Amino acid sequence: MNKGRPNRRDFLKLEAAAMAAVAGGMATPAGAQNLMAERPTSVLAWDKAPCRFCGTGCSVMVATKDGRVVATHGDIKSEVNRGLNCVKGYFLSKIMYGHDRLTQPLLRKNGGKFDKNGEFTPVGWDEAFDVMAEKFKAALRKQGPSGVGMFGSGQWTIWEGYAAAKLFKAGFRSNNIDPNARHCMASAVAGFMRTFGIDEPMGCYDDMEAADAFVLWGANMAEMHPILWTRVADRRLSAPHVRVAVLSTFEQRSFDLADLAIVFTPQTDLAILNAIANHIIKTGRVNREFVDRHTTFKRGQTDIGYGLRPEHPLQAKATGAAKANDATDMTFEQFAQFVSEYTFEKASALSGVPVNQLQALAEIYADPKVKVMSFWTMGFNQHTRGVWCNNLVYNLHLLTGKIAEPGNSPFSLTGQPSACGTAREVGTFSHRLPADMLVANKAHRDIAERIWKLPEGTIPAQPGYHAVLQSRMLKDGKLNAYWIQVNNNLQAGANANEETYPGYRNPENFIVVSDAYPTVTALAADLILPAAMWVEKEGAYGNAERRTQFWHQLVEAPGESRSDLWQLMEFSKRFKIEEVWPEDLLAKQPEYRGKTLYEVLYRNGQVDKFPLSDADPNHANQEAKHFGFYVQKGLFEEYASFGRGHGHDLAPFDAYHEARGLRWPVVNGKETRWRFREGLDPYVKPSEGLKFYGNPDGKARIFALPYEPAAEAPDATYPFWLVTGRVLEHWHSGSMTRRVPELYRAFPEAVCFMHPDDAQALKLRRGDEIKVESRRGYIRTRVETRGRNKMPRGVVFVPWFDEGQLINRVTLDATDPISLQTDFKKCAVRLALVGDAR
Amino acid sequence: MKPRQRVVLLALAAAGLSALATTLPAQNPTPVPLLLRGPTPLDQIAPAPRMTPMRNTSEKEVRNYPEQPPVIPHTIEGYQVDLNGNKCLSCHARSRTGESQAPMISITHFMDRDGQLLATISPRRFFCTACHVPQHEAKAPVPNDFVDIDTLLARSAPGGVRR
Repeated sequence: MNKGRPNRRDFLKLEAAAMAAVAGGMATPAGAQNLMAERPTSVLAWDKAPCRFCGTGCSVMVATKDGRVVATHGDIKSEVNRGLNCVKGYFLSKIMYGHDRLTQPLLRKNGGKFDKNGEFTPVGWDEAFDVMAEKFKAALRKQGPSGVGMFGSGQWTIWEGYAAAKLFKAGFRSNNIDPNARHCMASAVAGFMRTFGIDEPMGCYDDMEAADAFVLWGANMAEMHPILWTRVADRRLSAPHVRVAVLSTFEQRSFDLADLAIVFTPQTDLAILNAIANHIIKTGRVNREFVDRHTTFKRGQTDIGYGLRPEHPLQAKATGAAKANDATDMTFEQFAQFVSEYTFEKASALSGVPVNQLQALAEIYADPKVKVMSFWTMGFNQHTRGVWCNNLVYNLHLLTGKIAEPGNSPFSLTGQPSACGTAREVGTFSHRLPADMLVANKAHRDIAERIWKLPEGTIPAQPGYHAVLQSRMLKDGKLNAYWIQVNNNLQAGANANEETYPGYRNPENFIVVSDAYPTVTALAADLILPAAMWVEKEGAYGNAERRTQFWHQLVEAPGESRSDLWQLMEFSKRFKIEEVWPEDLLAKQPEYRGKTLYEVLYRNGQVDKFPLSDADPNHANQEAKHFGFYVQKGLFEEYASFGRGHGHDLAPFDAYHEARGLRWPVVNGKETRWRFREGLDPYVKPSEGLKFYGNPDGKARIFALPYEPAAEAPDATYPFWLVTGRVLEHWHSGSMTRRVPELYRAFPEAVCFMHPDDAQALKLRRGDEIKVESRRGYIRTRVETRGRNKMPRGVVFVPWFDEGQLINRVTLDATDPISLQTDFKKCAVRLALVGDAR
Repeated sequence: MKPRQRVVLLALAAAGLSALATTLPAQNPTPVPLLLRGPTPLDQIAPAPRMTPMRNTSEKEVRNYPEQPPVIPHTIEGYQVDLNGNKCLSCHARSRTGESQAPMISITHFMDRDGQLLATISPRRFFCTACHVPQHEAKAPVPNDFVDIDTLLARSAPGGVRR
């Protein structure tokens, strides 16, 4: 080697070392020193933010440099994840940088004018909002308030959902606003409300470190809640006495940790749940003291139908459909009599689960020494009897008194980052108002109108169109101006072929989609509005354990894209109050004459109470700067006033920018980990011990509910159950994760998981292209007989993340008649080889 | 192939794909291609692409940032990771890396929830595939414009170091 002058090879080596050193912060050889960045340039700005994906609510640390996110990792200070992320969370750094980000509004035009069949043409925000406002006004004139609607999301930030609910329920006076959480959490909500009279889990994630047993009812936590699964795995593998039971309609990754692995026939979870209750009673393990003091018994309405269109034969013949949510009082003895028919033998015959497995499962609940945590997600919630499943699992915890204390915890998991925080707590459902209140309740409407400074009678009493009904009303031409934010419903909604797509393309309708990326839903719209996402705006999410978490804006959104909050508030400026309210309402509050919805809803002395100078000077805040006040704080504080003092207390706004989230109710600066129990919950008074204060009598309800069959089951023509769902590497419709190449390559396209013997019987081989076809439509996909899922015979699984294979063209839009949530887990299909594709 | 070259080739491949993808509707003045869906109109049924094998090498992929869990460069089909054992550890456990020449599992994987180091891998890290995923030999249809920190630093350095 030539001394003094490094040759090219040496130089490259040195340069590489220098670059690595910059990233790693390590010492470098002297020759490379001149290439090393100086300390100030290599310092990264790190800020906290909750993960953009599931309802677990992991906190991540986000590094920014020169206006770009350059790294993310699990937040060591977060109680939820203690430094861990799943693979999606670790790739958050790349979700905003997909090459096809939308950066300007796009309107379908022909000859320079809007045309439903025109081509997407870039327009300015003014033109976009002009056309949109004209269409909304036309729909209001034609149909009244029911002619306009919005489909939002459990991915809205808290203030976005709140601003949207206010715009529709108070501004347009339409309750036709629903979140996609209807597809996801509605059954959990109705289950909570029926049993406890108040929404969301009484326990928290800390239960995982205290439980002796875990039971998964239709939840594949290993893939869908991987970080919670690390806590379950930690507990199971560190404490040898701990047992894990996993129930599913097919064998999936969570079975890898299962001591008790149970595969049951779809829909028969109802029978299994009742058989466990029967076992608890028959073996004398009812906690009578608890049951007598803290519960009452209810006989639920049966034969409640399937939430199909009224003319559907199944719907027409359901005798209890009109009163699906009704219940009558009964005694413990009557309840015991009711469940007595659910012997292990009967449950086994229905479910296909051996009696000894059912016994072992029942003993987990019956044994008073075992602290048990039950988990469920879409297996229960996406179920035409999903509310019943929720009620029935609470039965088991209530009969045994295993509830509301560390380790004894029925725990409803969530799928979206703010399904709880935004969709549920803010009340963006078509029937709800903030803090669990209902539009149908006059007293609740009065409270909302008082807080919002609106005249009595502003908020309509009739619940609006829920998610599935919105699609039907669009198709039927009753809902004509429709705004979709932060979701991809053409891909996510069931029966896209017969309902969703025809509804969006109905010439009578104007469809607006706000998104960061060109999703299939965006491309089926008439106007696309480019959206800022995640840390491009200041935000707040609420996770599954009642934890509210905030983040700051860390980078600028690209091009002209703007947050959903900006879009909602800016759009509201286009409406004079006279254009949306009738004269008799306006006469009650004449000072609002001549004002815009923006002024009435957002410049009301509350939302605009906090000046721009209150916002953190070290972080950008596009919305606050644009509107001239600290929008997020004003919206949050007005919203928080709904719940404070009523069991839904949120901390002062600023506290959340400091903490790694706080679990409500937050009273006197202290979060609540377990509700309903004296000493742990500030709402339970001394000497009350335990109080289910969501119900006026302070007691929880134990429900008698039977097994009833699914809306559609396999038959000779359509011989397979179709189950849909997610995979670990992709979140929901894949609009973010499939734009991260590493995640794309980890699971590139959807496949049809099936049993090898089923494949063989149909003369199919792994990799063959097949049609998966139902009575409603079909897709083309590929046969997978190996991989992560082991299917029982007669059941196939197709994930829905792939916009090239829209499996929701095949699914059935049957819903739970109480929660109005779709059952994405059960319909009947047939499989056939595509042509001579082989 | 050098990583940089691979990135360029991937980008070119992706650009090729996007050129193929027709827009909806046709003759769109501003193409809004559905890169992930491909050219099939929304109301028609797309053919299913052929399944691709998993990449199977021992060649490391450069991480996007130091905190990123490395992707798995080899196939893991049939690997058992359950209550009865963890196949990944048979090469990646500290004691096995001499023989296997595989990278040792990270030191962070020995830490419990409180950051205390354990004698063995932490149970919370037991399920490898929650964070480490194998890669199919598939082309990601949408290029990603993420810029790594080294490139950013080089750009902002005086004179703008090429990269």
